[in-house]
Formats: sequence, C-alpha cells, structure tokens
Amino acid sequence: MRRVPDTATRIKISPDGKSVVTSDAEFVINPYEEYALEQGVQLKEKHSGEVTVLTIGPEKSTSIILKALALGADRAIHLKSENFPDDPSAVARAIAAELKTVEFDVLLFGKKGVDDDNQQVGPMVAELLGIPCVTQIVKLDISAGKATAHREVEGGLIVVEATLPSAFTAEKDLTVPRYASLRELVAARKKPILVKEPQQLPGALEIVSVQYPPPRSPGRVLGKGVEAVPILVKILHEEAKVI
Amino acid sequence: MQGPILVFAESSGREFRKSAFESVTEARRLAELSKTEVHALSIGHGVKDQASSLGKFGADKVSVADEESLKLFHPDLYRQIALDLANKINPSVILLPATSSGKDLAPRLAIHLNTVVAADCTELEIRNDELIATRPAYAGKVLLKVKMKGNPKVATLRPNVFTAREVTPPTSPRIESLSFQKPVTRMTVKEFVTHGAKKQDLTEAGIIVSGGRGMGGPENYKILEDLASVMGGVVGASRASVDAGWRPHSDQVGQTGRTVSPTLYIACGISGAIQHRVGMINSKVIVAINKDPEAPIFGFADYGIVGDVFEVVPALTQEMKKYYGKN
Repeated sequence: MRRVPDTATRIKISPDGKSVVTSDAEFVINPYEEYALEQGVQLKEKHSGEVTVLTIGPEKSTSIILKALALGADRAIHLKSENFPDDPSAVARAIAAELKTVEFDVLLFGKKGVDDDNQQVGPMVAELLGIPCVTQIVKLDISAGKATAHREVEGGLIVVEATLPSAFTAEKDLTVPRYASLRELVAARKKPILVKEPQQLPGALEIVSVQYPPPRSPGRVLGKGVEAVPILVKILHEEAKVI
Repeated sequence: MQGPILVFAESSGREFRKSAFESVTEARRLAELSKTEVHALSIGHGVKDQASSLGKFGADKVSVADEESLKLFHPDLYRQIALDLANKINPSVILLPATSSGKDLAPRLAIHLNTVVAADCTELEIRNDELIATRPAYAGKVLLKVKMKGNPKVATLRPNVFTAREVTPPTSPRIESLSFQKPVTRMTVKEFVTHGAKKQDLTEAGIIVSGGRGMGGPENYKILEDLASVMGGVVGASRASVDAGWRPHSDQVGQTGRTVSPTLYIACGISGAIQHRVGMINSKVIVAINKDPEAPIFGFADYGIVGDVFEVVPALTQEMKKYYGKN
C-alpha cells in the first residue's frame, strides 16, 4: 500500500519546478489500496488465513500502517526508505524482491496511486514473480485454489479465472472499506511490524519539470432557467462548434 | 532515436478502436521527426482484414496476430506477442492507448524490457533526440514532463486527446501475420459481460451529460439519459452521486473515477469540487447547469445556466431534438 496525500489536498509545486510539495498535506492510505485491504480482510474472514500489509516509504508511513492494522491486517512489512525513487519499476522490483521470501495465495494492490497516477506496480510485480495478475477488478471470488475476478473495462466487465497464487489490482467498486473502532486502533499497536530496508535500485523515469495545467478561464452565464436554453444551443452550434 | 515506432493498435471486436487511429497518427508524427517507420501491432480475432486500413493514418507495417484465443484481451497472451515483436524489431518507442487493455499491457512490457511507462500522456515531443512526455499527475492537478532512461520508451496515450488524422496519400502498409506460440498461462479469460445498451465508454465519449448531488436521487437520471440519447452522448456522475449509490462507479468522473476529455461536457447539478474538476477539466467545452449561482463549477465552465436542472434539462432535450431534427 502507498502513502498518498488526501485527494482533497491542493497541490503545490516546489520552487525549482521539479517536484511537488506535499509537506503540509494530510496523508492517507491510497484509496485504491483501502479497497484492496478490505478485500483481503473479507477473504480472511471467509476462508481464514492472515493478511499482511506491505509498504515502502519513510518513517512517517507508520501512521498508515497502524491504520491498516486497525482495519484488519494481522501484520505489516515496512520497507523503510526516506528517499525511495518515485518510479514504478523501482517500486515493483523492491516489492518483488521482498515477496520472493514470503508465501502468499492472494496479492492485492490498488489499481493506481492517486498521487502519481502511474498505474503500473501491480502487473509489474506479477510479471517479475511470474504469477497471474488481473487488473482493475470489481469482484473477486476464491474457491478451491482458483480465483474468479471481474475486471472493469470499457463498456462492461471481463470475467477472468486464475489459479493461485495470483495478483489483483482493485478498482473502486471492489469493496466498501470499513471503519476502525477505537478498540481496534488501540489493538493495532500490539500487532507486529517488520521493518526492513528495501532493495533500492535507481528508477528509469526522470521528471524534467512540473507545471500547473493551463488555467481555464471562467466562461459566461447565459441566463437563468429555461429561457437560456435556446441561447445555449445556438452558441454550442455557432460559437463553440461542438454540435 | 533509432528503431521503428511500435504502436499497439487496439481493436474492439473486429474493428479498431478510435484510440488505435489516434496512436498511429501520433506515431506517424514522431516517425517523421525522427526519420523512422511506424510499425503497428494488431491482436484479436477476425481483425486481419482491417489491418491495411491503418495506412490511412500512416502505418508502414502492420503485424497481425489473429486467432480465436485472442478475441478478448488476455494479459499473458497479448504480452507475449507484443514482447516477442518488440524484441525482434527493437523499437525506439512503443505507444499504447491508455485504455483498460493498454494500461494493463504497457507495464508488463516495460518491466520485461527493463524500463518504465510514461502513463496516460497528453503530449509527446522530441527534444535533442529525446522523447519528452507530458502526463497529468494528482489527477491533473499538475502536469509532469518526464523522460525515460534506456530504450525503448514506452508511453500510453490518453484517449480523445490526440487527434486521429488521415495522411495524404495514404500509405500501403506491409502486412505480416505473426505465428504465435501460446505461452504457459494460469489465467483463463472467460467472457465479456456488457453493461448493456451503453456502447460508448466515458473515456471515449464525445458528449457526456453528467449528474451530481443536485439530481436528488437515482430515478431522476432519466432526464439526463434522455438528453444524452438525443445528443448521442453518455451519462456520467459525480462522486457524491456514486457514493450515494445512485449510479455505478463505472459512471464516475473525477479523481477516483474516470478522467474524461469529451468535446462537450454538460454538468447538471454538479457543484464542481476539485475531486470532480480534475476528471473533466480537459473537456473541450464545459456547460454547467446549477441552481446555485455561487457553485464553483461556474468558475471554470465555458457556458452556464443558473436554474433548476429539472426544468432546464428537459427544455434542453426538447431544444436539442429540434436542433438535431434540422441538422
């Protein structure tokens, strides 16, 4: 799971124009990983087993780890790095290296981080491990060592079966995350967190510059109520030329 | 940059998607700049006959893998075909559409080719013989310009942003049938289940009529469906209305939903919170209908009507019927 600024955060660009300033943002578990974690916890509740959360990130990631443990994860692996490259291939290689030593049946990711929107880590890890990966899933059933997943695509769903162990990336509709009770938040502090250094290889992606998108200037209000409707149609045709 | 530009020309059924033409057009542009060829890859079932049509957009060569097992996107099979071809032709650039298939396939290829993906790009340029990609991050709150080390450069292109343009005269691409060894796979792609009559996806739609909290309840989306149907568009929704359970998540426009760039976006009863704004700000023209004149959406819509959606939208549907009847 990934630590990201809350989606309501306004994003500022650093003075050198090469990165984004997030120091005053409120950080949360990446929303897509919340859906993934909830799926993991639901699978545990149905089939028994254990849920481990894994994150790569700085010391400050402890807060999202504790949140995940309160939400039903049993243990955590924290690959701690204060300066891990913001590069999906580097992240994927570090996760894959760690997972080579871990046994699992189901590997869940969010479909993407809501910060960099790269949407690459899940399938990359699966390719490195040589296991199936079904991306953008909205439904997951496991039975007899086999997974049936529904992946959301343009205009519909594709039903995919995969034998375990398999990886999946969560779309928003997969689950509705639960809330952690105060008791669970307290209990989370007693759950084990394994802290290690990640395998840290340089990334292949280099940011040349960061800019704000060109501002969109306010247009004009054409009028009030139904009277403005004929004017709108005329303008869309004659001025905007979009119909 | 050396080596051809490889384009994954995606099909839906037996026909190319619009994004295939957009990607080939962009590949042609880059190929002219770096004096190389455009090599398209078409994978599917029953797609062979359409391969030469990519000549209209400037493909020099089209490799086709056509068989029944490839009818639906299968990550392992498609990855193997694309990877084998990439290893054979050593492309300088690989372009894929940022569709569900393209976004699945690109990182798989990239990791095997020892590189990374510039994802969901809205612009590509070549500077000092280097590919620079512009891509939105934080759902479009910022635009990153990125470059990638190593070769090839893999990029996915956001649908509807790059314009498909026919070249004159069209090229006559060489067509090559790929023989294909089925790799070992532990995935079976069973079937495609359509969402129903709605044919167009939001990310590919030219016209979107979107409803928010101001719609008041799921039953009221009928008036948006009516307007969309008259205009040949599709219906979208804000996060508030999806979280309320009024609309499916596949309809959601915004940071945790779809990012869309239609020609015309009509926002009905949507306040215009940043979460929503970033998902639709790249629409060519934005129209807002909202009873609250202070709603943030009027701050970035091109045209606004202050009024009750339940009066304005049906009136607009009637007016559009008249318009489309005449034109």
